[in-house]
Amino acid sequence: MKTHYIALLIVLATLLAAPAQAALDAKAVAQLAAEDSDERIAAIWTLAEGGQPAEAMSVLQALADGSLKDAKGEDITINNRIRGELAAALASLRLFDADRGVRLAAARELQAGADARLVGVLEKAIAKEADAEIRRLLALSHAQASLQSDDPQRRLAAVQALASSDSPNTKSLLLGVLAKNGDAWAEPDAEVRRAAAAALKGVESRLGTAENIGRVFSGLSLGSILLLAALGLAITYGVMGVINMAHGEFLMIGAYATFAVQGLFRSYAPDFLDAYVLAAIPVAFIITALVGMVLERMVIRHLYGRPLETLLATWGISLMLIQAARTLFGSQNVEVANPSWMSGGVEVFAGAMLPWNRIAIVAFSVGVLALMWAILNLTRLGLFVRAVTQNRPMAGCVGVPTGRVDTLAFGIGAGIAGLGGVALSQIGNVGPDMGQGYIVDSFMVVVLGGVGQLAGAVWAALGLGVFTKFLEGWTGAVIAKIVVLVFIIVFIQKRPQGLFALKGRVVD
Amino acid sequence: MRTPLIIRFYRALGPKGAAALAVFALLTLVLVPLLHLAVPKDSFFHVSDYTITLGGKIMCYAIVAVAMDLIWGYAGILSLGHGVFFALGGYAFGMYLMRQIGRDGSYQSDLPDFMVFLDWKALPWYWSGSDSFLWAVILVLVVPALLAFLFGYFAFRSRIKGVYFSIITQAMTFAAMLFFFRNETGFGGNNGFTDFKRILGYSITSPEMRVTLFALSALMLMATLALGRYLVTSRFGRVLAAVRDAESRVMFIGYNPLWYKLAIWTLSAMLCAVAGALYVPQVGIINPGEMSPANSIEIAIWVAVGGRATLIGAVIGAVIVNLAKSFFTVAFPEYWLFFLGFLFIAVTLWLPDGVVGLWKRLRRSASAEIPPSPPLSKGGDK
Repeated sequence: MKTHYIALLIVLATLLAAPAQAALDAKAVAQLAAEDSDERIAAIWTLAEGGQPAEAMSVLQALADGSLKDAKGEDITINNRIRGELAAALASLRLFDADRGVRLAAARELQAGADARLVGVLEKAIAKEADAEIRRLLALSHAQASLQSDDPQRRLAAVQALASSDSPNTKSLLLGVLAKNGDAWAEPDAEVRRAAAAALKGVESRLGTAENIGRVFSGLSLGSILLLAALGLAITYGVMGVINMAHGEFLMIGAYATFAVQGLFRSYAPDFLDAYVLAAIPVAFIITALVGMVLERMVIRHLYGRPLETLLATWGISLMLIQAARTLFGSQNVEVANPSWMSGGVEVFAGAMLPWNRIAIVAFSVGVLALMWAILNLTRLGLFVRAVTQNRPMAGCVGVPTGRVDTLAFGIGAGIAGLGGVALSQIGNVGPDMGQGYIVDSFMVVVLGGVGQLAGAVWAALGLGVFTKFLEGWTGAVIAKIVVLVFIIVFIQKRPQGLFALKGRVVD
Repeated sequence: MRTPLIIRFYRALGPKGAAALAVFALLTLVLVPLLHLAVPKDSFFHVSDYTITLGGKIMCYAIVAVAMDLIWGYAGILSLGHGVFFALGGYAFGMYLMRQIGRDGSYQSDLPDFMVFLDWKALPWYWSGSDSFLWAVILVLVVPALLAFLFGYFAFRSRIKGVYFSIITQAMTFAAMLFFFRNETGFGGNNGFTDFKRILGYSITSPEMRVTLFALSALMLMATLALGRYLVTSRFGRVLAAVRDAESRVMFIGYNPLWYKLAIWTLSAMLCAVAGALYVPQVGIINPGEMSPANSIEIAIWVAVGGRATLIGAVIGAVIVNLAKSFFTVAFPEYWLFFLGFLFIAVTLWLPDGVVGLWKRLRRSASAEIPPSPPLSKGGDK
């Protein structure tokens, strides 16, 4: 801002010309160019609190930009300490801006370093502020600033104000009050310390509850994804007794289908972009179901009765699908954006934010589950699928077309994995390798939950999801994963053949 | 008096097998070393560093493949986690190699570089003794065997088998990979161990050391094959095959399959570990990537390509697939996964008995007199 290079002179000229109208303290302005840093800082605050926000702002801004000159026409240079004070002073001035956004940003900025000097400004700002969110921020800053006050009463009031705050910073502030410097307490007044300890307890318990709510919820959404991945696997395992190692890649195909639909909407129907996820659901289902049925016809059918070979062949398929995705879409992750109605979230509890995209995923998996239940229990195909799961030769004897049931069941299983891919694309990265990690996890759900019974899969998936998230909170993600795997290995000890154990006489 | 072991090995191999082994020994223990060390570099007959290292590497893989064939081909247990034993053997020996670097690392510290980097002040307890070669060898043999024994004991005791067992072994190697990826585990995190300098005080990059490791790998491969052949032709091997084909009936006769399976499973893991220990000084690096599920499942395809339950087929398969890999990843890197994936499908669909089975079938149709024996692949995997 070159225009400011004579700003100081202009300000001084204005002061001389119209002393009544623009009452910027001339002494303070001149003091900005003082030799001593303390004097200059004092001048900055005199200006900031002087009651002429607009004028003070332009001068201070000019000083911050380095375009202010002193009376001799030389640049006024500032050091880092002054720069920090200037930033705080400017932010405190912006608290009185007409624009809500500017005020909010200023309030946030002051959160970082509110100190005793700001108490006055903050009090004024709180009195004038109409917006509740900004008021809350300001009140917190005010409490933080008054903690450094010399008056024990003020500090006590500040601690009590902090006790009712939801901000995560509160905890560290209160801990600061309770800290010890060697033998001496940071807070000399015992009364204040007691209040701080009580406040800390309350804040901690609230933060803990919020954290737990968040964990349960992210566990549920992880469980929903696992459920979508495992449902399909459970069907194919139940019907054909084979593990499809390419199952994770069906998730990947579903996610890429979502990406493609998003691209189509972007180019042909940008007005309806927010609806692309809804359109992607049937598309992903149909594409993955088709891929699944083709694979069943071409490969898996010919390996009937050789489950270990099926494992290897489907692994080969998964390698080819991954490489195909790399060739078609590139090996980098592609970007799938949340539609606008899925961004943001609801705050169910102070500090516990539930994002909309995860809520949508949980709801979506409930829907898919209901659909699955209906297919399995209300349709003729479902009847056939259950019959083949229980006893394949017998079902064949009474006229169930087992071959066709195999194909359709595989198609449905793959299609549901595709739906899982749609869900996954909304919360995770979409890339060629994204499905790789899911085969073990979803198999674990099948092991825990049992085949052919939806309820088992649901409990297993949700339980595993929540359990994992809580473990992650305590031990970190890697150890949590290892613990879960060990747990499942131990579980199988207690229930050999898992919960699969079929009722009836089965001999090999 | 019992027959001496060497005679029993010879009987198990048969005259043809013994002759083949002798030729192989002559080739790898005499001819190749001579061609590498004594023949001048520009001569046509000189065997290059690259070839020696590639050969040594593939022989290590072949040992793993034979170990895999012992459990999959003869006991019907498909492990998708054998990479973990291979890598553990490699890590156990790698610890010794890291200590042999001494103060020649980039930080000139007594500690391995990655520990200095993490600001550790002393070796963790499980590194104690790692500067001794003997201790390293013991670790290579004991640690993977212990893991295999415990895992196998619990799995086989619960009669976990088939795809169930396979997936759980995959979960095991996956968990181990995650564990070794952590820096705090104390094995170099995702960089693993590298920059080795010497073994027993001799430089690791010298041609003599290269040839020694090559010859050791060859010796180990021959020993593995002989031991494997001996085992599968023994009583023990017959019980194993019976367990593979009809475990319940074996139990009804009065055998406990647990100990048979556990013995071959643990032995197989130890063989893998030795292969891993030989592999690491030759390629000069070990990192948790070796434990990735994809690596382990690739071992199964070596065996499938060569032909299961033949032992020699495992070696052939490991050689074919790894030569193809060396070729493809250089010439057409983007098509390697397509080829490998296709190989998985093609072998399981059309070549259930692998290259060896194909060879036998061709010979049979040429002579057309011997009645065909039933294929091995049926019945085992329920």
